[in-house]
Amino acid sequence: MTTTDTSTDRRPDGTDPERGVADIGPGATADSPPAGEPGGAVAGAIETSTTVASHLHPGGSFEVDDHPVPTGREEVWRFTPVKRLRPMFEPVPTDDLAVEHEVSVPHGVVQGVLAPGQAPRGTVLVPADRPAAIASAQAGEALHLQVPAEHVATEPIRITVTGRGADRRSNAHYVVEAGAHSEATVVLHHQGSAQHNANLEVVVGDGARLTVISVQDWDADALHTGQHEARVGRDASYQHIAVSFGGDVVRLQSNVSYAGPGGRAELLGLYFVDGGQHIEHRLFVDHNTPKSESNVDYRGALQGAGAHAVWIGDVLIRKAAEGIDTYESNRNLVLTDGCRADSVPNLEIETGEIAGAGHASTTGRFDDEQLFYLRSRGIDETEARRLVVHGFFADIIRRIGVDEVEELLLAAVERELEITVGVPAAPTA
Amino acid sequence: MATLEIKDLHVQVETESGPKPILNGVDLTIRSGETHAIMGPNGSGKSTLAYSIAGHPKYQVTSGSVSLDGEDLLEMTVDERARAGLFLAMQYPVEVPGVSVANFLRTAKTAIDGEAPKIRTWVKDVTTAMEKMQLDSSFVQRSVNEGFSGGEKKRAEIAQLELLNPKFAVLDETDSGLDIDALRVVSDGVNRFTGQGDRGVLLITHYTRILRYIKPDFVHVFVRGKVAEQGGPELAERLEAEGYDRYLRESAGA
Repeated sequence: MTTTDTSTDRRPDGTDPERGVADIGPGATADSPPAGEPGGAVAGAIETSTTVASHLHPGGSFEVDDHPVPTGREEVWRFTPVKRLRPMFEPVPTDDLAVEHEVSVPHGVVQGVLAPGQAPRGTVLVPADRPAAIASAQAGEALHLQVPAEHVATEPIRITVTGRGADRRSNAHYVVEAGAHSEATVVLHHQGSAQHNANLEVVVGDGARLTVISVQDWDADALHTGQHEARVGRDASYQHIAVSFGGDVVRLQSNVSYAGPGGRAELLGLYFVDGGQHIEHRLFVDHNTPKSESNVDYRGALQGAGAHAVWIGDVLIRKAAEGIDTYESNRNLVLTDGCRADSVPNLEIETGEIAGAGHASTTGRFDDEQLFYLRSRGIDETEARRLVVHGFFADIIRRIGVDEVEELLLAAVERELEITVGVPAAPTA
Repeated sequence: MATLEIKDLHVQVETESGPKPILNGVDLTIRSGETHAIMGPNGSGKSTLAYSIAGHPKYQVTSGSVSLDGEDLLEMTVDERARAGLFLAMQYPVEVPGVSVANFLRTAKTAIDGEAPKIRTWVKDVTTAMEKMQLDSSFVQRSVNEGFSGGEKKRAEIAQLELLNPKFAVLDETDSGLDIDALRVVSDGVNRFTGQGDRGVLLITHYTRILRYIKPDFVHVFVRGKVAEQGGPELAERLEAEGYDRYLRESAGA
């Protein structure tokens, strides 16, 4: 199979480019249609060159005009409520009152700014859609955080973004550079409300270990768009964890490519979508070097009428990417009627000389057998449901490794559970 | 002194071709201090009886009654039955990812007792229960039943039995799939439980093997959804020699 049709996101006949969807799990309900679409098996190889990267991800552009205002019919926008997101398509400057940034930098980490076009800004992140292009063009000076080579940061770098008004627009760009063999964690925390349009550009140096945790703890009326783009150095480890609870519409991209062989990327996500909320995570892992690894694990719970979760997991294995290993998984737990979860894993494979490639997607309700087992031990239904939901998220929470974020998460899960599952029983010693 | 009383129990399940009756009038009375073995061929409804007593939603009781100390169990939810003193050791214990054994046991103990166990003695109790069942102490940190071998799951069920210490325990083929060492460990656990003198056990099994280690006071032969014959331990010995064929023939001819 060969296609060179990368000029548009959508074919003239309205069908999607070929895509592979496999291992769609059981239990999808009428309100939560099974992920993916009918279509071909695992996507066939395409002819590659430097100009034709992936039909899933036609090359980006810094020019805002290269990204027309979406209609909602484009492949990359078809799950998104573009009307609600309309303010984010306007190339307007930042309202100085829109958000406050509070940056806390541990000893040894260097904080600075980068003007537009000043490297390394723009060397890793090429805007993939219109909001990202606008953020790049309108952001002015970008926050620049540098972890020197071989420096081990003992405390997380904290960037707290507090929105000051749902009708106020902010455009931001952050650049994080982890020097060779350095170790650091960045916590990007969003709260309050705003129309926040922000890019995060990450350079992970050779042998470095960097974790980025992006927490979307917005008020209910916030709009948030953003592209998080990382390049992972030789034998480096990059972990990106998206945690989305709040906001009216949140649409985040978390993308990875590699600068050398042996790099590892772990993209984790945890989300809780309430009635009327739209939470969308789009992942793109570009295996462009040999022996690179990626592991994607996103889990979400949905409750309330109109709760909509979207997860797009794209993986491209280029011809050069021999010996790579990739696995991506998305699981949705549907707690009430009236929710919708779209889950689309895509694998685009240009070489068969790999260690492994797989993906899985499941959407389902509570497992009755699990509830029965817990209840047969005297645990009441409310408590049993709480245990199951906590258990569902536990694997991800455990891997975060930052106490304050873990606590925040557990509290947030607890808060969300109170809505449908019920309040906890009397506290136990 | 407590009594678990099953009277004329009829149970059906929904199938694609409509409701299918499985239990056809089961009568059984178990007093505390007694161990009853229910033996029968595959498909005779033994597990259905266990699940129906525990309240699994898949099984619909169409008539009859189940009571514990005069209280109607069928009116209770699954967790209420457990809090009333019933325990079901399952043939296929369910995996609950992300929920640690420690958290699960503490939550269950708190629910059953109506108050949280005292931290100092509880940790020791759990460690002891695990040791007795020859489960490594690391098990309490693992997710409930996740990645456990078949034998480990069964031993974990009996560890729960000892910690929760119900009035009545229904053991659904707890012996199936166990090697001889594990069978001995599991049997010792059950015998410690009954050794208290005032606990009742309904031991459901396909094989007579476990009855070498756990001595029943009564043996019931279960065929086609009801008790076909009952007697003392000698009945088990006869079954070992003769098998179930005789009952199946009688039942088919009836």
